[in-house]
This record gives sequence, structure tokens and C-alpha cells, in this order.
Amino acid sequence: MKRHLLSAADLSLDDATLILDTALEMAAVSDRTVKKLPTLRGRTVVNLFFEDSTRTKTSFELAAKRLSADVINFAAKGSSVSKGETLKDTALTLEAMGTDAVVIRHSWSGAPVNLARIIRGSVVNAGDGTHEHPTQALLDAYTMRQRLGRIEGLKVTIVGDILHSRVARSNVLLLKTLGADVTLVAPPTLLPTGVDAWPAEVSYDLDSVLPKSDVVMMLRVQRERMGAAYFPSVREYSRRYGLDVDRAAQLQDHTIVMHPGPMVRGMEIASEVADGLRSTIQDQVTNGVAVRMAVLYLLLGGSESAIGSVEQ
Amino acid sequence: MTTVPDRSAQDRARPVSGDIAQARSVLDGPGLSRVVDRMAHELLEKTGGGADVVLLGIPTRGVTLAQRLAARVLAFEGVAVPAGSLDITLYRDDLQLKKARALEATDVPGDGIDGKLVVLVDDVLFSGRTVRAALDALADLGRPRAVQLAVLVDRGHRELPIRADYVGKNIPTSLREAVHVQLTEHDGADAVLLGPARP
Amino acid sequence: MSWLLKDVLLYGEGSPTDVVLRDGVIAEIGTGLSGDETIDGAGCVLLPGLVDLHTHLREPGREDAETVETGTRAAAVGGFTAVHAMANTNPVADTAGVVEQVWRLGQEAGHCDVFPVGAVTVGLEGKEMAELGTMADSAARVRVFSDDGKCVSDASLMRRALEYVKAFDGVIAQHAQEPRLTDGAQMNEGINSSLLGLTGWPAVAEEAIIARDCLLTAHVGGRLHVCHVSTAGSVELIRWAKSKGWDVTAEVTPHHLLLTDDACCGYDPTFKVNPPLRTQADVDAVREGLADGTIDAVATDHAPHALEDKETEWGAAAMGMIGLETALSVVAQTMVEPGRLTWRQVAERMSEAPARIGRLDGHGRPLAVGEPANVVLVDPTARWVVDPAQTTSRSRNTPFAGHELPVRIRATFLRGTPTAVEGKPA
Repeated sequence: MKRHLLSAADLSLDDATLILDTALEMAAVSDRTVKKLPTLRGRTVVNLFFEDSTRTKTSFELAAKRLSADVINFAAKGSSVSKGETLKDTALTLEAMGTDAVVIRHSWSGAPVNLARIIRGSVVNAGDGTHEHPTQALLDAYTMRQRLGRIEGLKVTIVGDILHSRVARSNVLLLKTLGADVTLVAPPTLLPTGVDAWPAEVSYDLDSVLPKSDVVMMLRVQRERMGAAYFPSVREYSRRYGLDVDRAAQLQDHTIVMHPGPMVRGMEIASEVADGLRSTIQDQVTNGVAVRMAVLYLLLGGSESAIGSVEQ
Repeated sequence: MTTVPDRSAQDRARPVSGDIAQARSVLDGPGLSRVVDRMAHELLEKTGGGADVVLLGIPTRGVTLAQRLAARVLAFEGVAVPAGSLDITLYRDDLQLKKARALEATDVPGDGIDGKLVVLVDDVLFSGRTVRAALDALADLGRPRAVQLAVLVDRGHRELPIRADYVGKNIPTSLREAVHVQLTEHDGADAVLLGPARP
Repeated sequence: MSWLLKDVLLYGEGSPTDVVLRDGVIAEIGTGLSGDETIDGAGCVLLPGLVDLHTHLREPGREDAETVETGTRAAAVGGFTAVHAMANTNPVADTAGVVEQVWRLGQEAGHCDVFPVGAVTVGLEGKEMAELGTMADSAARVRVFSDDGKCVSDASLMRRALEYVKAFDGVIAQHAQEPRLTDGAQMNEGINSSLLGLTGWPAVAEEAIIARDCLLTAHVGGRLHVCHVSTAGSVELIRWAKSKGWDVTAEVTPHHLLLTDDACCGYDPTFKVNPPLRTQADVDAVREGLADGTIDAVATDHAPHALEDKETEWGAAAMGMIGLETALSVVAQTMVEPGRLTWRQVAERMSEAPARIGRLDGHGRPLAVGEPANVVLVDPTARWVVDPAQTTSRSRNTPFAGHELPVRIRATFLRGTPTAVEGKPA
């Protein structure tokens, strides 16, 4: 009985393919006049967000509502959680109310794993600390397949703050499962110790990698990292690792440019590139809803989940 | 009858699965073709020449049957009737009884179904629950002028007030029996078999 | 009342011998002896009572997690007759008043001797030196000083502390952790931390401080004890310092002898500890260091935590694990059974060396007539499964839950009086 989506590593090739195929059908619903399916009628999905994220929360909310689930948005900020209630008590409260799934966003890595040990319902990781964000990786994979027709054999370059990126971790794991070749590009300070053991190549030199890439995924770099001496200045970061117009000109014709958002325009990506034809940034947002519908359906739509992991 | 394309699709096509090895033929290949031909003629007759008709097959074998009906209509009268598919998985009333299922394609041809005469096509009509789900799915896709139902086999045992407009063959069955519709595209040959249901 | 320990093996060696404990001392050793009460010790090993250099008893301040009473009962069940109570209580043990309070609570409890550790700096804040001499002169007779939980990271302050305690033969027990290299650290920095997205606690943060402190110790002719050594590099540095003849000693915890950071992969905060669980290469190195004497002692770093401080997200959870009741079993599993240490050497690493480092008089003594009757009788052939619900400690945060471990402690005697018998407090 698989019940949770906690890590991209929970997904086998069959699981991931099933999600992407299901998402393709779900996407069609978004094109209809009646953008609703009765599939999860009577089921309750809780969005438990300990960290602000309007875009992810909205995407999950819309996905659950399009499947006719009842959705409760439990913003942990300003609730009893900020008054010292533990994750355990929050979880038990939700459990007592009869929730079928909890979509959790948390600033601590591993919080969804802890939650999954407490509650009976399914847990979907909507981003935990600097650990993972598996539905982001799924929507990224969906977007790659949509634009380039396949994932296997694609050369995917992920650029930016790998050290602190849950998007990077989930993408590396999922893309490995799906057969793409991943290269991580960042200043050495923004790569984790131990990255050598990841299923990815590592480079410090963006210009040498770009012309070979089918996909370039730019990650947000927070200015606050400067204070901790990860890099000396925004200008230097941008010069060495930003995707500006000149660098974008080095890309192959078919190469797409992705960004999980929110972007820092002018720092890791130039506006012209973000808004250009290669950019899939809007597609990623659109596809997020279909992919999350697929995940919720496959976790909750039957007597048992068709994807994911069992709690340990 | 060698290739089985998709285990889950096969389950969906047969409300009661059975042991195909012990099944006996109730309709052979040529017989099945004659039945489809007759259904195509009836369809032309009842729909006034097929104007505004959209055929929507219910995966998996219903889709193939819809395509065959469209091809026969074209051959008989030169009328191009669009044929598509309608996956009803997300509308089923028994989702919670089984592990979450993979979806099949929903493909509504051309101009959609608003104002059209939609003919749902399936291989076997049994409880009627699949058709009920299909009607719900249709309502979310648009507003047809009318909806009709075409099935290759009606085996009885309805659980809902649903009847077919076009029936290829009525096969009275026991609940201890299973009907297997085989089509060349999926199974390597055309046949309708009747065998014991799995206990 | 006298106790006859019948047919025991002293240090696990020789032939079965009878030992009689009377009037607080080992009164007789021989064969065919008698006493008021008898424990059949056939096949069992008699060791001097264990001495822990590193115990958190949590009193005063967190009596919900542990008290001197419950912690020393757990110590007795684990075979200890003396424990050093760490200073990071609330209030901090940085004055004669607090250390005497803890010492008295230990005396009153009577399950094992409690030797308070004094804080090096006021409030463990690493700024001003605490009144080390007053604590040394107090009834608690403090000889071990530590800011454990925090590192004395200021090099100048560390130098002065090492110098100052020479006046009363004190030792600075350093929690070696360069704070600037471990800001927000959650677990060992390596492959697992990279995948788990948890901020790394790099080995170099421990090793840099150890290297510095060894050099400072040499420079001022002081006495340094390195707490809970966890990395291969630390073992090398200490081996080097010892080869120079500097007065540097070191301890390793049972959990660093047995567990690796693979245990962290399920985000179970039971395995969150400081210093963190390291890699297999580090585990191999600390085992080797303990075997060859580079690491002088095993110390538990028994760190009880209330359930709510552990039943939470990894990042929010408290660091530490309990260890008094499992220490000897883990040492037997990792060191004795594989042939790295004899029982004689276990007596050295878990009783004599820690007593020597702490400058204790009545502990870590030989098993000889006239010596204090602080002894522990262990059955080396018994095995048991660790059940957190069965701990004598008030807390349950053992990392060995479900582990089957060797060795049961038959009885612990403090000055001739049983403090624990057959796994239960006496």
C-alpha cells in the first residue's frame, strides 16, 4: 500500500511515467468549459503550509478542487502552530477531522517524513526545507516531455544555488529515474559536500556546458547568501552564472529554458530570456496543476495508492 | 488472441473477468463483421443518414468498435462520421474498490459535442454503470442534442435504467459466466467468447 | 551485611574465584568463601565499577527529562558507580553553589557517586571565566571543567583556562566544535546530509579545535581532555599529540562506536546528536583509537530529552541520546566480541582511565583486598533487546531501540551496597 509522495526517489520509472501520462489527460480538463471532475468527491485534502508559498499552495488547491475534493487551507502562520503547537499536535488535529491527504510545505527538511509517521492519510511533500520538492520535479519533467517529446537521453543543466535547492535535489533524482543526463553548474560554494555521489555531473563553468544542453534550468539565488560569503556580489554571480542574452545565444535552437520561480530577473536570468520563446516558465505553472491533479488522483483515487512510498 | 496490450485496460473492458482458456466461441470473425455491418446500417437509418453524429468509444475495445462503425458508414454511404474516445475512469462509481487506475485517452473529434448526436460505443453492456459514468463525463464535456448507445454484446443483468439503441448480439448469460470480446487490433482475431467467470 | 560473589572471573580472566564485599571494601578474594548474601556468578565477569566522564543529569532545570535521582539509578543499572554531571543545567553549574547542590543530590540519592563538572565560562557563554578555583575548593571538589554543549572557541580564553586549572590539577574537557563552521548544523556533512538537505556539521570543525587545543595545551603545559571524539581526523590528531608527550586525553561515546549517519536517513530525531553520527570510516577509526589507547576512555554523553523535544521535526529537535544503560553492552558488541579489547582493557577504558582523568580517589581501583567495593558483575553471554519503554532513565531517547545487544549487568555495588541487581535498581 503506497501512500505518500515524500521524495522523488519514491517514484519508480513506472510510477513517474504513470503520473506524467495521467497528467496529460488531466491537462485536457483545464481546456474544457467545465474544469471539474467528480473523482475525489467527498475526500478532504488539507494544504498545510508552514512557509509562505502562494503559487504552490494555489496550484495544489486548484488541483484538488478540480478533482472535487474538499480543500482546507491550513496556514500554519498565525495559527496555533505559531503559538508553540507541535507538528505532531497539528497532525493529530487534522487526523481527528478526517483528512484523506495532507499537502505539506515546511521550512525544515524531513518534516513531511515526520508527518507521514503520525497520520493515516497520504502525505504529499510540497517542499521541505532544502530537501525536496517532488511535484516541482514532476511538472518540470512533464514540461520537458511536452516541449521536447521525450526525457530519456536529454542533457539537462541545472544552474544556481544547488546547495539550498529542494528543486535541484528532486530533479536530479527524478531525471535519473527517467534517463536524462543532468549536469549541475554552480560556484563551488553553492554545491553541497557529497555532491560527487549524486547521479549528476558537476561543472563550475556555465559557458562550456550551455551549448551541449537540451534543457537549461535556472534556480533562484537569494541575495541573502551573499552575507554568508557564498559569493562576493550579485554582479559577479550574474557575470559568471547568470543566463543573459549573450549566453542564451549560445544555446541550440531547440533548447528550452526553465525556472521554478520565483525569479530574480537580472540576477540569474535576464528578462529577455525569461520572456523569450525558449522560456517554459508559464508552461511550468500551467502544467503544475495537471501534474498535481495526477498525483492526488493516483494517491487518493482508489482503494490504495498507485504511486509513492510507504511510511517507514 | 495473443497480444494483450494493457492489463488494466483489459480489466476495464470486462466487468467480470474470466478464464479465457475455458471459453467457447459464440460469435466468430465473419459473424462479428456482419454484426458490425448491420449496426452501421441501423445507425444510418436511425440517425437520418448520420448527420451530426459523433461516435465516442469507451476504451479500450469500444474505441476500436467506434472506428469500425465509422469506417463501415463511410463505405456504405460515403458519410464521414467522426469517431473519438471517452475515458470514463474518473467518473466511475467503483473507484474506491480498486487500486487507483491508469487513465486512457479522451479524444473528442473536431467541433466537440455541443448540439451533436453522440453515440456511445462499448463492447459489452452489463450492469450499465459504465454507461452511467459515460453520461456524466459527457455532461462535463458539453451539451449534445441527444445521446444514443451502441454495444456489440448485451449480456443482461442491468443494475441501472439503461438500454442500448443498437445491439450487435443479445447473449443471455449467467452471472457465473464472463463475456470476452476479442478484436484483431488488440487480440489478433475477432471473436466473442463465453466462459466461466473467475470465482 | 556482607555479599559473596561466587565463582566470578576477575576481569574475565583466570579461574572462578569468590569475592566477599564487607564494610564497604573488598574484604576477601579466594575460594570457598562465604557471606550473608550470595550471588552465583558462574561464568560472569567482575569489573571495577564503571566511571562516566560525561553524563547529563539535567537537574537543576529540566527535571522532566532527568533528575539526579533517576539519572543515577540509570547509571547503576548500567554498571556505573560514578558519573560526572555536565554543567549545562539551568542554572548553569558555574558556581560553587550549583555544583555543591548537584553533588549533595547525588549523595542523597546514593545510587552512584556524582561528581559535578564545572562550567569553564560564566553561563557557558564563552566570555568570562567562571570561578573555577572556588568550585575546585567546594565540597564538590570539582576537577573537570567543561562548557559541554558549547565549545570554548575563543583561543585566548581556552589558553587561560588550561593555564588556570593547573593550580588545582584540573582538566579542561573541551566540546570541540568550531562554531563558525557549524552554524545551523544538523548532522554530519557528507553524502547523506547532501541528499537529506540538512545543514552539515563538517569533521573539520571538530578537528580544527582539537588541533588548536593540543597546541595550546603543549604551550602552557596544561591538561586537556577531548570530549566525544567522533572523526578519524580527530583520532589522528590526538595520536600525534600523545606522541609528543602532551597531557591530552580523549573519550568516545558508545553511539559513535556503533552508529553511522545512515541512521539519520529517516529523519528520526532520536539520531540527532552533537557531535553528529559520522561515517563508517570514522567509526572504524574511533574503534581503532580506543583499542590502541589513543582514546583513553568511553564516556556516554548520556543526554536525556523529554519526548516533546524529540518527537518533532529534525531541525527543531534537541540533540543527544541516552546511553548509561547500554554503554557496556555497546562496548562489548563493538570492541570485546570482535577481539579489539579484553575485559581487562574494558576495565581500564571504562573505569580506571576516566577515574584517573577526573582525579577520583575511590573509583577505578584494582580488584584487590582492601580496595573500595565499587564493582560490577556482568554476564558476558546474555543478550537482550533494547526497549525504550523499559529504560530506568526518565527519558526514552535511546538510539539502540530494537537492537539486540550482548552483556547483561547482574549487579552493581557502591561501597559494598548493591545499587542495581539483575537490571533493576536495588
